[in-house]
Amino acid sequence: MTTHPVLSGGDVAPAPLTHEQLRELYALMSAVRRLDTAAVAWQRQGIIPGYAPELGQEAAQVGSGYAVDRTRDFVFPTYREMGVAKAMGLDMVGYMSTHKATWHGGMYNPLESRFAPIQAVVAGSVLHAVGWAHGQTLGGHTDSGVAVTYFGDGASSQGDVHEAMNFAAVMKAPVVFFVQNNGWAISVPTERQVAGGSVAARAAGYGIPSLQVDGNDVVAVYQATQSALAHCRSGNGPVVIEAMTYRRGPHSTADDPGRYRTLEEERLAAGEDPLERFKQRLLAEGVADEAFFAEAQRAAEEEAEAIRTGIEELGPRPGAEMFSMVFQEPTPDLQSQATAWREESEHV
Amino acid sequence: MSETTMTPVQDAEAPAPNVVTMSMQQALNLALDEVLGENPKAVIFGEDCGRLGGVFRITDGLQAKHGEDRVFDTPLAESGILGMSVGLAMAGFHPIPEVQFDGFAYPAINQIVCQIGRMNYRSRGTLPMPITLRVPSFGGIRAPEHHGESLEALFAHVPGLKVVSPSTPNDAYHLLKYAAGRPDPVIFMEPKSRYWQKGPVEFAAGNPTGARVAKEGRHLTLVAWGAMVSRCLQVAELAAEDGIDVEVLDLRWLKPIDAEALARSVGKTRRAVVVHEAPLTSGLGAEVAQLITQSCFDTLKAPVERVTGFDVPYPSGDLEDEYIPNIDRILFGIQRVLEYRRD
Repeated sequence: MTTHPVLSGGDVAPAPLTHEQLRELYALMSAVRRLDTAAVAWQRQGIIPGYAPELGQEAAQVGSGYAVDRTRDFVFPTYREMGVAKAMGLDMVGYMSTHKATWHGGMYNPLESRFAPIQAVVAGSVLHAVGWAHGQTLGGHTDSGVAVTYFGDGASSQGDVHEAMNFAAVMKAPVVFFVQNNGWAISVPTERQVAGGSVAARAAGYGIPSLQVDGNDVVAVYQATQSALAHCRSGNGPVVIEAMTYRRGPHSTADDPGRYRTLEEERLAAGEDPLERFKQRLLAEGVADEAFFAEAQRAAEEEAEAIRTGIEELGPRPGAEMFSMVFQEPTPDLQSQATAWREESEHV
Repeated sequence: MSETTMTPVQDAEAPAPNVVTMSMQQALNLALDEVLGENPKAVIFGEDCGRLGGVFRITDGLQAKHGEDRVFDTPLAESGILGMSVGLAMAGFHPIPEVQFDGFAYPAINQIVCQIGRMNYRSRGTLPMPITLRVPSFGGIRAPEHHGESLEALFAHVPGLKVVSPSTPNDAYHLLKYAAGRPDPVIFMEPKSRYWQKGPVEFAAGNPTGARVAKEGRHLTLVAWGAMVSRCLQVAELAAEDGIDVEVLDLRWLKPIDAEALARSVGKTRRAVVVHEAPLTSGLGAEVAQLITQSCFDTLKAPVERVTGFDVPYPSGDLEDEYIPNIDRILFGIQRVLEYRRD
């Protein structure tokens, strides 16, 4: 499925992944799978009010996030990029706090994490990636940082995605447009969302090279992302990657996929589980053994438990932050509203 | 204080004059030039801002002087311009984008409201948005549809945004320099019908915060901003012929509104008329009236009057003068306030 347009990223092809890196990728995917399924359970248990699962997208998210250079690149996520966050080593309690309804953008530090605040507006941050990326090129920087912007097949319908691709191409901004085509935008399937059937195909209209990659093959995703990053870094402008994957779960914990697709359809369309598929490959290639997988599973469970404890301990933020976080230089009106709130509530 | 007219070439030996007469367009251009010179992170961009210097020439000559990295043209898409501003701000820049006309802000409203106004909040203060969005605003130039809108109430209603509008070249210079130095987003509404009016710019004395008393008076206060300030000053002159001493308060900052200045002025005059071009219903006049009522209820001689545009789409040029508050309508507003008697 992976297509290979001409991407120029310097003379050196990316080095193949070492066995240790392959095992690390699996461990990350395993941790993401565990945290994802745990988060759905936490919602059912009343620990968090809602969650947007990424079940089935572990390879697309971990493979791409693992390729990001955290010393210079910057990632612009949506609300369904937990796997990218995990692969980039984010503070996962800080990340999951958005689903705990602690703070919209999450409690992690976006500048230190190289991971923008969680974005609830579909396609909202795609243009931010273009601006950030253009900023890297001002003053003639070479070997620059690259912006990686995530969005889905549903978001590809938004006009901002068109504007972003056009701006990035005109300005030769180093942006990787990473589309996870997971088959569904809540209840609407790709064929009723994406005219022509492929977001990657649209890139040609902007003169942007694109890759359509098997989004359930973590190594293929990693390599595609690596070559796209190298292409961008060398001053060649943006790249579109469309990772073909499948949203195995509901859109969110409030969704009911039974209203728009049957279990049989899900089973047929989902194909092979990316986690199981990678496991079989590592076993077949002798990269990892059963003991490794058991340990990965144990570590994933332990980590999910620690994150649950972490978010349960978070507690609500002080109400005063509603006011203090709005501006760098608060207005007198807002300060008087804050004063009134403090005096008229029991939060003195 | 010496007062001179701005000339293209200054004598290098002569000391820089403290007061120079120039148009608002020149004052804005000069302010942007100085901002670019003083702040290496400032970048100016938008439709036709580069080589052309903007359709109103506000960025005239800036690309040639400061380079294409600092002043550049974008494709013709306002959401793109504003969305890009967010990313540049996240990367540590101080974007000064332009939307070419007020009505062109509508296609960018998602980026302005959902992103620019909220990123500092969403990121818990780690990603400030030091964006100064220049919007040529208001009517009065017989332009096509969507070229004469007054969006101040819409912007002022959005948490996380600040809104300002200059009425004179002096304020245009000082307010723009001040806004461009702020760490928060400022919507900078330029009264396009006043671009070519000249006035003194005092370089040394800039007071860029709060409202400004444009003319002192004793009998009532006209509250205005943008292009309506000069019209209110005309009205004040006419009213003076009838012995009515009008104070004109140029609000300048529309968010935050200088409530203390309102209280001071109307506390003295005890009567107020708010004048704006925007439609009446839910316009900023209502906010101003409430602030005045809050501070001056006990001493007010009459309800605060509003003389505004109407709740209609901004009309075509031929009807523009019927829509924008004119001298007669403002005088009627003054009359209603002066003649008001309690039962």
